[in-house]
Amino acid sequence: MRLARPLLIAGGLLALWHLLVLATGVPPYILPDPLRVARTLWARADLVAAHTATTALEILLGLFFGTVLGAGSALLLAASRRARAWVLPVLVASQALPVFALAPLLVLWLGYGIASKVAMAVLIIYFPVASTFFDGLRRTPEGWLELARVMDARPLAILLRLRLPAALPALASGLRVAAAVAPIGAVVGEWVGSSSGLGYLMLHANARMQTDLLFAALFVLCLLALSLWFAVDRALARAIRWQPETAHPT
Amino acid sequence: MPRAELLRPGGGTPAPGIRLEVERLLFDGAELFRDLVLEIPGGRWTCLLGPSGVGKSTLLRLLAGLLPGAARVASDGLPLSGRIAWMAQSDLLFPWLSVLDNLVVGYRLRGAPRALLAEKRAQARSLLEKIGLGGYAEALPAALSGGMRQRAALARTLLEDRPVVLMDEPFSALDAITRHRLQDLAAELLAGRTVVLVTHSPLEALRLGHEVRILEGRPVRLDPPLQIGGRPPREAADPALLALEARLLARLAGGDALAEAA
Repeated sequence: MRLARPLLIAGGLLALWHLLVLATGVPPYILPDPLRVARTLWARADLVAAHTATTALEILLGLFFGTVLGAGSALLLAASRRARAWVLPVLVASQALPVFALAPLLVLWLGYGIASKVAMAVLIIYFPVASTFFDGLRRTPEGWLELARVMDARPLAILLRLRLPAALPALASGLRVAAAVAPIGAVVGEWVGSSSGLGYLMLHANARMQTDLLFAALFVLCLLALSLWFAVDRALARAIRWQPETAHPT
Repeated sequence: MPRAELLRPGGGTPAPGIRLEVERLLFDGAELFRDLVLEIPGGRWTCLLGPSGVGKSTLLRLLAGLLPGAARVASDGLPLSGRIAWMAQSDLLFPWLSVLDNLVVGYRLRGAPRALLAEKRAQARSLLEKIGLGGYAEALPAALSGGMRQRAALARTLLEDRPVVLMDEPFSALDAITRHRLQDLAAELLAGRTVVLVTHSPLEALRLGHEVRILEGRPVRLDPPLQIGGRPPREAADPALLALEARLLARLAGGDALAEAA
């Protein structure tokens, strides 16, 4: 049943899509039916695969660097009062900036290649990672800190061996958000200026009325984002299995 | 039982007494303590007895140095930090560490050298055997029942191997048999140390304490110390002890002073 349900949902949506095309009789360059998209995906698999590789690499690199930077900032903020005074305003300001508006600048500065897209993804996930993790680091249960104090724990040990593991569940929710939005960053970067990637392929196909190819790229992008999210979710659940999920509300 | 292999007798250094003075401490706007002086004798068990909410835990936290507003002086004039082990009412086990790692977490947090850590892990294993958790060394705390978690927290406190040990109802979640056994074990392992035990059970106080102090009222009044003769852990079935328990209960229920009862 665990596998059957999502398959059933996906099948239902595809059927609905097909019916919509049949019922309205829209031309394929407006809305191609799912079978046509599947045939295109099959026929152009090499092309789609090559562009998928680019986008996947951008997402993974963005996720990696964004997590390292975000988690690092949060640790720094938690460790030092002076860092809080200086870095916290920057963190908040970074969120006030419309990150998408920066995309043209990033392409200008970092070029048409992969770097500007990675930077875009990093910028998008930096804030959710840093803010959730910092929040977790600030909310260490008082009793544990008191125990550590009576034990004469060293300050660094308190941060790394107590506050950090205690904040991992909070970091995990930040990482889940990051996994969900990182593909957006990469694709927006590609739209602004690039020569490969699924976002590029979509624009390219759109301009040539190859709507079926556009849908094929979109489909693969969804698949990519979904599998990324589930992979991250499972890895996180495994990493913090000491905090089992409480029963789902029925 | 071989106590020397597990912990150093008396905690290595002679266990100091503590004098605690609180001028005034407010709790929720009401005066909890006023001009309170508590003398804890060195190398002996002092049991703090009193109704729930009277301020026993707060007093213990003041002794642990966790709250401001009190002066603590050790009888030997040396600083107290680094010489205290504290067991809170809740077990405060770290859920991400195995039971064994929880027992030695103090040494980890202090950055103990590898050799000491290995030695403490070995001691922790044998201590776990003694308290009936031998099969749970690698388990996470979530897999333990409330009573088992409390036993693990007690073991962690013992393993800290400090001359001063402050315990807040350390046996409250245990079944009668286990409680009896662990009281014996704690009395044996902590002999010669300065122990302050918070409890609401008169019998527990009488089994384990050299001295029992009753707290009551607001601001808190301290009865003069009630000295109990003989060596703890005392036999729970001792008629003299049971008679004393009956009088302590009557005292807690609002009876007359008991200072000269012993």
